[in-house]
Amino acid sequence: MFDALSERLRRTLGSLTGRGRISEADVETAMREVRLALLEADVNFKVVKDFTARVRERAIGADVLASLNAGQQVVKIVNEELTALLSGGDRTLHLAGNPAVIALVGLQGSGKTTTAAKLARHIVKIGRRPLLVAADPYRPAAIEQLMTLGASLDLPVFSAPAGTPVPEIGRLGIAYARHEVRDTVILDTAGRLTVDEVLMAEVTELMRAVQPVETLLVVDAMVGQEAVSVAQAFAAAVPLTGLVLTKIDGDARGGAALSISAVTGLPVKFLGTGEKTDALEPFHPDRLAGRILGMGDVLTLIERAQGAFDATQAEKAAAKIQSGSFSLEDMLDQLQQVKKMGPLGQVMEMIPGLGGMARQAQDSVDRGDLGRTEAIIRSMTPGERRDPAILNGSRRRRIASGSGTSIVEVNRLVKQFAEMQKLMKQLRGGRRLPGLFGR
Amino acid sequence: MFWRRRPTEPDQPAEEGGVSDAAIEAQLEAEFAEAEEARTTAQAGGETPRPTDGEPADGDLVAGVARSRGGFMARLQGLLGRGDPTAATWEEVEETLIAGDVGAALALEVVERARRRRDGAGPTAAVREELTALLVDREPGWAPHRAGPDAPAIILVVGVNGTGKTTTIGKLAFRYRAEGQTVLLAAGDTFRAAAIEQLRAWGERAGAPIVAHGPGADPAAVVYDAVDAAVARRVDVLIVDTAGRLHTKSNLMDELAKMRRVIDRRLPGAAPEVLFVLDATTGQNGLAQAKAFHESTGLTGIILTKLDSTAKGGIVFAIERALGVPVCFVGVGEKVGDLLPFDATAFVGALFG
Repeated sequence: MFDALSERLRRTLGSLTGRGRISEADVETAMREVRLALLEADVNFKVVKDFTARVRERAIGADVLASLNAGQQVVKIVNEELTALLSGGDRTLHLAGNPAVIALVGLQGSGKTTTAAKLARHIVKIGRRPLLVAADPYRPAAIEQLMTLGASLDLPVFSAPAGTPVPEIGRLGIAYARHEVRDTVILDTAGRLTVDEVLMAEVTELMRAVQPVETLLVVDAMVGQEAVSVAQAFAAAVPLTGLVLTKIDGDARGGAALSISAVTGLPVKFLGTGEKTDALEPFHPDRLAGRILGMGDVLTLIERAQGAFDATQAEKAAAKIQSGSFSLEDMLDQLQQVKKMGPLGQVMEMIPGLGGMARQAQDSVDRGDLGRTEAIIRSMTPGERRDPAILNGSRRRRIASGSGTSIVEVNRLVKQFAEMQKLMKQLRGGRRLPGLFGR
Repeated sequence: MFWRRRPTEPDQPAEEGGVSDAAIEAQLEAEFAEAEEARTTAQAGGETPRPTDGEPADGDLVAGVARSRGGFMARLQGLLGRGDPTAATWEEVEETLIAGDVGAALALEVVERARRRRDGAGPTAAVREELTALLVDREPGWAPHRAGPDAPAIILVVGVNGTGKTTTIGKLAFRYRAEGQTVLLAAGDTFRAAAIEQLRAWGERAGAPIVAHGPGADPAAVVYDAVDAAVARRVDVLIVDTAGRLHTKSNLMDELAKMRRVIDRRLPGAAPEVLFVLDATTGQNGLAQAKAFHESTGLTGIILTKLDSTAKGGIVFAIERALGVPVCFVGVGEKVGDLLPFDATAFVGALFG
């Protein structure tokens, strides 16, 4: 089901390179696959219909570039159209007004409160002084949740006494912000269903009272076909300025964002990529387009790799390989760097062509082998790490029981390491460092 | 409307039988009255037959599900009500299923099978029957398993972030309290800010004590203490809350598996119920979620929440078929009484108008 679209098209269209033009029959075949891929990614079926019609028009009779086959050419067109759709609107976060008011609205459980804290942290980073305002008097402990998050960020949180009407909470919050000289107000509202007329009227009134410069709809990346009607209902009730797509760190393709952007023209402004308050990232249309198509997210991977890999450490490792003194200790460092990039399955998902393997890889490598290798090395003495040759039977037995593994596994690691050292010796002489997990 | 009207049964909803605690009874009654009133108002303008007051709970499910999908149902009704559907109509039927999050591949399969049928049942019945056939056979009146008359029933509630686990636990606690059972809650979500307070608030409203450690504590240790406390206090039902977690995070899924193991070790043979809470607005990702949670904890049931929204919860068909795990409850509102037993016929019927 999660086959990458490009892979699918390659299979159905075969290698049509050199034929010069894409035929109408090719396009029909391709569009069936595109339709399925988009629907599996939870793109709204009406949006899919319009979208495939547009791509069909562009693709029929299009010249196939010399370097591509017909399947790749179709993917290229699809990717361009997707990116164009996701690129609409203004993605900057506006902070006009004193205080500038940012309001978060959405369904229950979409992640508004967590996003409020993440935004506050982002706002601090750009040199402003945010105030969090808790305007959800309904869900038990919602205010406490925001208070706790605010305290962890060392930021003030405003809440009104129980029974205060919601629009009044907004007004009081702004007054409090002025009094405390806070230049930005982040308003966390209650989750509400679009069919709940009373609560929808309430949020309309609240927005009228606080006049936000940004009203962001918080949308769960896992939402299905309903995304469009939800967004339309909120857009009708409040002046939306953009979306925050949350829980994108799961494996949902996030077609909801495409549906909403296509129908409402609203831009995605941020992505929620984790549970911690620093997991908020700017949105890149091309990357989400690739993710929806299952084509991999190479740019994000590269960025994450750059962020995680310590350049000086990598150089040190390379130097050690050069000199032949690369030890198990250095290998442990390398493993840790790989781990910093995130779950290996998630990393592989971003590499084109590996999407399908990602889950298996996560099972076998991520939680199994990497962790075990680390445990084994950690159970060695510094001397053993530097010179595995001294590992006799009794030491290996101690390491196996110390790391909760078996002697067989210890033996395998030692053997693999020896092979790796051999390989490194061969590579010495200016060539690049081989991937340690790529064997 | 396509669902058959259920025979009218005694006036009181089943939940209110055998109540021992007068306060809870009063509150439940008030909640039901309020919910009923809301329904009456919402449906006053429609032509749909609505359940009369006091109709049993599965009638409420129909109402709850139907509340907001007039357009959807009217459309499908119009489509399926016609005589011999042309090819274009079948395509529209397929689209309607896709719009309900049934999934493109499954929708196509169901429609294809319905088209091939030659039993003269007609398209309406054919598609409905094919959909119903995807669902697991289930016994009516789901009740959590108890190892013995003195052993507590243990319910572990799991799911991704924001599906409504804690709210559902509050409703479950109310339900069992209203049946006269004693309930103990375990605050196994030690991660999310104020999750323990949220559960405590529900516990106070339902009259169920809570076992909690501090924020950041090992959830398995909470479970350990809660199981011991449940046995010592001879409670009837222990409900364990867990932190929401994305199914792709293997370390968090391992943590969940450990909580399950602690129950099995502390109370061998307890056979806890592991209920997966699924948000009805979830799209195709719901299947991947359910599979991952099933793998790590062995699901025994599903609770489909937020069915009072505009969402249809069609992903349930794919999940039940793939895992053989039945939906046992649906959440249709924010009130404590808005947790209803799942009824397959009513669910499929409501989906189709």
